[in-house]
Amino acid sequence: MKRKRAQIDVVKPGWLTTVQDLGRHGYQRYGMPVSGVMDRFAAIVGNRLVGNPDGAAVLECTLKGPELFFRDDARLAVTGADLSPTLDGSDIPLWECLNVRRGGRLRFGTRRVGFRCYLAIAGGFDVPAVLGSRSTHCPSQTGGLDGRPLRAGDLLFGGPFDGDAGRLVGRRLPDRLLPRYDRSMILRIVLDPRRELFQDTAISTLLYSVYTVAPQSDRMGYRLIGPPLPRAGAHYFISEGTVTGTLQVPADGQPILLMADRQTTGGYPPIAVVISVDLPSAAQLGPGDTVRFVSCSIVEAQTVLRTRYHLLDAALPPIMVNRRSL
Amino acid sequence: MRLIPLGDSAVTVELGEAIDPDVNALVVAYANRIIEQGWNGIVDVVPTYRSITVHYDPIQWDLTALTDRLLALPCPYPHEAGSQGALHDIPVLYGGDHGPDLEGVASFAGLEPSEVITLHASVCYRVYMLGFTPGFPYLGLLPEKLAMPRLPTPRPSVPPGSVGLANRQTGIYPIATPGGWRLIGRTPISLYRRTGLDPFLLKPGDQVRFRSIDETEFERLSCEMAHEHDRPQQRPR
Repeated sequence: MKRKRAQIDVVKPGWLTTVQDLGRHGYQRYGMPVSGVMDRFAAIVGNRLVGNPDGAAVLECTLKGPELFFRDDARLAVTGADLSPTLDGSDIPLWECLNVRRGGRLRFGTRRVGFRCYLAIAGGFDVPAVLGSRSTHCPSQTGGLDGRPLRAGDLLFGGPFDGDAGRLVGRRLPDRLLPRYDRSMILRIVLDPRRELFQDTAISTLLYSVYTVAPQSDRMGYRLIGPPLPRAGAHYFISEGTVTGTLQVPADGQPILLMADRQTTGGYPPIAVVISVDLPSAAQLGPGDTVRFVSCSIVEAQTVLRTRYHLLDAALPPIMVNRRSL
Repeated sequence: MRLIPLGDSAVTVELGEAIDPDVNALVVAYANRIIEQGWNGIVDVVPTYRSITVHYDPIQWDLTALTDRLLALPCPYPHEAGSQGALHDIPVLYGGDHGPDLEGVASFAGLEPSEVITLHASVCYRVYMLGFTPGFPYLGLLPEKLAMPRLPTPRPSVPPGSVGLANRQTGIYPIATPGGWRLIGRTPISLYRRTGLDPFLLKPGDQVRFRSIDETEFERLSCEMAHEHDRPQQRPR
């Protein structure tokens, strides 16, 4: 088996491109946000396509992708949003494993659908693991490439990979498993059981209204603009743990959808939580996009999640590794 | 005890109704007990003022199986719950540019700034929880006299080490972030050392005492901290 590593120059960084994996777990009790990819499904598919374990580090590219120059041969897959990727000037397919030759140039163009695109390379992006993860948390300058987004002139290193595994090239995600991204999405939510935190009308308002993602939205959370959700007046809410997908409601009644870089604890009452299987859809929303919510049970949420990964495992089996070597 | 599911991947175990040191001691002990079990697929256990949020992998666990296991855990013994965390001495340069709200807090409380400092430094605070940013401690309880609400508009950037207060809480900003707490001083001690093997100075249940220092001492300690930062602490890969 021929082990290779790739070196890649960042010619242009794109709008916001960071190294991410599946998140930094185990430190939320010290206030450390989980971070990691916003669209877990797209990142996992990208990794499996190129022959990586699910937790290998990928690049998350936002709205406008980077320009990358490959100093070495590499194997890659682009998944998630369609930001018009090209290799040496020719369009390349998404959700498919490709070879790139030494001297190849990967560029992105306009946003077609979705908001966040993932670039997986065989061997993963090799940055030091901090607290067990390669994810970048920019506000605390933790992980990834010096805790910051990519800059022009950066040199990226790929981890070692099997250069002979040419059989992977051309492998793609079956069409029936392809996610559909839209500028208006429906997200399923589990309602918070503490109905006493809100006025009676809040839940029907949430379920029968359209909310728009505000410009001041980021990896921490999306501010949603729409009919306000009235909180129960006198209730004083003591800060408690939050979860990704929480819809929390500040005093003005405009909900905030908490995403990958969310604070570990929050003092705003939660009205509902977006279910895990729909978080990848939420990750593909950008400012100006709209969202509607439908209610769902926890059992149903977990069943659809398991079904989705069961189907994915059948199509693209996970690569098993010793966790320690990730 | 009340169990509150948060979506399909977390559950909050509520152990009390109020911010109370005894309830919080139970929270910390119970959270440690859950962590000790080492259950596969439990990805994070987060103790807060009066509850614990348990994050689980929804592919491996369903809610009923998890809550059954949680409810079967023996409650921490009173002596475990009562055990004190580490005691930290946090030197603070109060007032001036480092504590731009000290005067305001003093006039709110009807005290001299020096009396605010004495009062703030007179209490041994409990680390009720960490949250907001990596390593940010929620310390309590602040003497009632100093309990002042947050700023109406948060500052866009608060320097790291700033010591603030809000209502009956006091806290320390580990990294530069926006912040709405009233700033009365600043510590040269790093609460979050991003290159360290154990980057978090404070843990839930620890005790904190503030000590007033002068400009010279602040500069000296700042230099020491900078040197410590230069030393590589990250284990080579």
